Amino acid sequence: MDDLIADFVAECRDMLEALGGEIVAWEAQPDDRARLDSIFRFVHTVKGNCGFFDFPRLEALSHAAEDSLADVRAGRRHADGALVSAVLAVIDRIAEMVAAIEAGEEFPAGDDSALIAALAPGADHAAPAVAAVAEGQKSAAAPRTIRLSVELLDRVMSTVSDMVLARNELARRLRESSTDVPIDGAFERLSSIIAEMRDAITRTRMQRIENLFVALPRMVRDLSAELGKQVLVDIEGGDVELDREMIEMIRDPLTHILRNAIDHGIETPAERLKAGKREIGILAVSARQSGNQILIDIQDDGRGIDGKKLLAKALDVGLLERDEAAKLSPREQLMLIFEAGLSTAKEVTSISGRGVGMDVVRSNVERIGGVVEVDSTVGCGTRMTLRVPLTLTIIPALTVSIGNQHFAIPRSAIEEIVRANGESVTLEHLGGAGVATIRGRRVPEVSLADILGLESDVAEEDRTLIVLRPAGGDVYALAVDRIHDHEELVVKPAAPAVMNTGLYAGTTLADDGSPILLFDPAGLAEVGGVRLEAQERAARIAEGPVAAAATATPVLLFRGLDGGRRALRLAVVDRIEEVPAEAVREAAGQLRVQLGETILPLAGASAVQLGDRVRLFRLNDGAHELGYAFAEVVDFAAIEGEIIHSDREGEVSGVSLVGGEPAEIVDAHWLFARHVGSSARGSEQLVCRLPDDDSWMQNILRPIVEAAGYRVVGGDEEGEADLVIASQGDDVAEIAAKRTIWLRTEPDAAGKKDESIYRYDRAGLLMALKTASVGRGK
Amino acid sequence: MNQLLLVVTIAGERVALPAAAVESVVELDTLIPVPRAAPHVAGLSALRSRVLTVIDCMCSLELGATDCPDGIREAAVVELDGHHYALIVDQVEDVVEALSEPTPIRAAMGEGWERVCQGMIETETGPLLLVDIAALVAGSDIKAAA
Repeated sequence: MDDLIADFVAECRDMLEALGGEIVAWEAQPDDRARLDSIFRFVHTVKGNCGFFDFPRLEALSHAAEDSLADVRAGRRHADGALVSAVLAVIDRIAEMVAAIEAGEEFPAGDDSALIAALAPGADHAAPAVAAVAEGQKSAAAPRTIRLSVELLDRVMSTVSDMVLARNELARRLRESSTDVPIDGAFERLSSIIAEMRDAITRTRMQRIENLFVALPRMVRDLSAELGKQVLVDIEGGDVELDREMIEMIRDPLTHILRNAIDHGIETPAERLKAGKREIGILAVSARQSGNQILIDIQDDGRGIDGKKLLAKALDVGLLERDEAAKLSPREQLMLIFEAGLSTAKEVTSISGRGVGMDVVRSNVERIGGVVEVDSTVGCGTRMTLRVPLTLTIIPALTVSIGNQHFAIPRSAIEEIVRANGESVTLEHLGGAGVATIRGRRVPEVSLADILGLESDVAEEDRTLIVLRPAGGDVYALAVDRIHDHEELVVKPAAPAVMNTGLYAGTTLADDGSPILLFDPAGLAEVGGVRLEAQERAARIAEGPVAAAATATPVLLFRGLDGGRRALRLAVVDRIEEVPAEAVREAAGQLRVQLGETILPLAGASAVQLGDRVRLFRLNDGAHELGYAFAEVVDFAAIEGEIIHSDREGEVSGVSLVGGEPAEIVDAHWLFARHVGSSARGSEQLVCRLPDDDSWMQNILRPIVEAAGYRVVGGDEEGEADLVIASQGDDVAEIAAKRTIWLRTEPDAAGKKDESIYRYDRAGLLMALKTASVGRGK
Repeated sequence: MNQLLLVVTIAGERVALPAAAVESVVELDTLIPVPRAAPHVAGLSALRSRVLTVIDCMCSLELGATDCPDGIREAAVVELDGHHYALIVDQVEDVVEALSEPTPIRAAMGEGWERVCQGMIETETGPLLLVDIAALVAGSDIKAAA
């Protein structure tokens, strides 16, 4: 009997989950027969089973709902808001009772007759009309599934891990003994099957985010009804997959953001009409995958957040000093919403503002290694973006060692890796504190051996510095004895006694079966005494003020594999990597290098013999990457003299004096054009001049201009430009240019004579860029 | 109510652990230290691809470190709040049946023992101290946190 009840409960829960979205969609379209049928089927099933199990209250409820719905099905009655609300109330009560049965408790107290009476035609239960549309809410049959306990899955997962360890052991033994080709072949096959199995079992931990989204229409409906607002939910991207645990972790923050959006963001219908908007507010929730992150956008078209008000409030409660406040950019003002103790709501309502603020949302999201961002325009709406890692359990990490003990560092926090004795790095000690200067940037330096209190057998200058940027913090350099390998580690939480140190994020097992500790980069900094708070606020915002632009172009001076002294603009160098020579091979017509899981075209290595290990720059043009092999980095320098351009197009665009000696300037554009194989452009590239002290132009406009086929030069670089882009009101001296585009910051033109273009008028901008290039063509 | 007890020696004293809480008794060889962790956390070890947090019981009682001359440590594996721990003891003796409910010990004990003691329990081989595994795992910093 107990088994039968368990089955009944499980079946009810499944149906309840599936119904969540259906029922609201049904309300939007009461004539939708398919949805009506599925709801009817649910109450009917419940009723049937109750009779068998002797749950009289459950039976009475489902019976009443069934009767009303049967009337609708037979066309005797029309499904109106009141009926939908009544049916929803009944379904809620059923869910409560089912939960009670499952927990083996008494039914929740209460009388069901009011609920049943509300079902009667003409019952006085006017509910505000709310519509909801959920994309992909087709009443398609659910995919065939079976129920499994999480423990069983975890057991399978750990068995597979054991299998991998056993395989590694076997591989070692095979290598030691004489090799027999058939045995090797069979072993290879076994290896690949195990790898595939590991993949599959990892995927079983993934769940569609739909499971989280399916409850949203219902929640929004209830909330907006309670607040007398009209809200339409638009859900997209429910098929994005996320680790099961992660879904649970973002449930609360997401719910909270939604509540806030409905309560504070979206106005009442009357206010909306007055503001010239549609009565129904739109709340768009979308999820998408970007690399190894999931982005969840929650966008409303409500009244937006007033940064000025937030600022005033922050000053009021003493969160900020007045002079500090004056320096905040509009985005930083908005970020204040995540500070504790701030709420612009005039009064606390029952929905939000119950002491659980956006600060809790942020700390919850950051705890799982995510980031929450906000963007808002007063009067137009707010967008909140949650960025969370794909999975909690598999983390790409770098293994390092101190003495003979191995540790792992999550790769997401690593900015770059440099050698302490490299040319571009100097180490200093100021009052005992370490300061590393890496290519002109000063970063605090701590030694891992000191933090851990371990003996290190490697001299300070022979260590490797790992530049880390913990989530929401500032960079610091960590000196380690040796770095080993990039690995994908299955991380498990460590015991409280270990976590209490604040240094570790979890434990994992190495391939040889020994445990490895995974560091928490923020914790390391804290224990190491690195202060992260001072610049924390500015660092949290990606578009912080750009450091004062250097007048000379910074370049990285290096020696190529063929011995040539060359320079490469620093901005295109992402980082330096070192790979074994086997990672470089000729494939698909050109040299390529394998870095982790990506394969990049490799330049600078043709027609030379490679050593055992190849060092290379990782170049990035914003969209593509390529590798450029080199022998050694000479220095970090600036182009001082004039560039003498080569008369032939090629890898080297010219030669100039760098550090007192001639160096060939590597043409990054040519490299990308050639190796990435982007559309071949005319040999004479158009030149566009952008003021280089304007960070908006350099960061936001520049990619568009470059995409339109221009080569961008700075404001005071030599040479004739085909086009100059300047902000309206800027004092642009007579620069030799064939054409000038003026940009204004206001959407509306100042007058008829004003020929400037609004800076976000993309179409207008592209048109102007195109016109300028056509002019050149003639 | 005849509870089974695992009799072990910690710091030369025979004490009882509730046998139901003990998953297995193992001999640990490799131990990966955890820098900066509390002193009673002897390190990490792996058992069938599970990470064990190894607790030195003598250290936890502030009676010094367990002496392991040949590098082999006998330990009882327990699970607590989803984490697996290996409790290093001098020696694992036997499983015996409890003959009574634990009763308070009214005489004064050492400070460490006081903290982990759940009472005295009668067995066929005489009264034994019943040790609270959670207190043993928490070690001496439980007071520091309070």
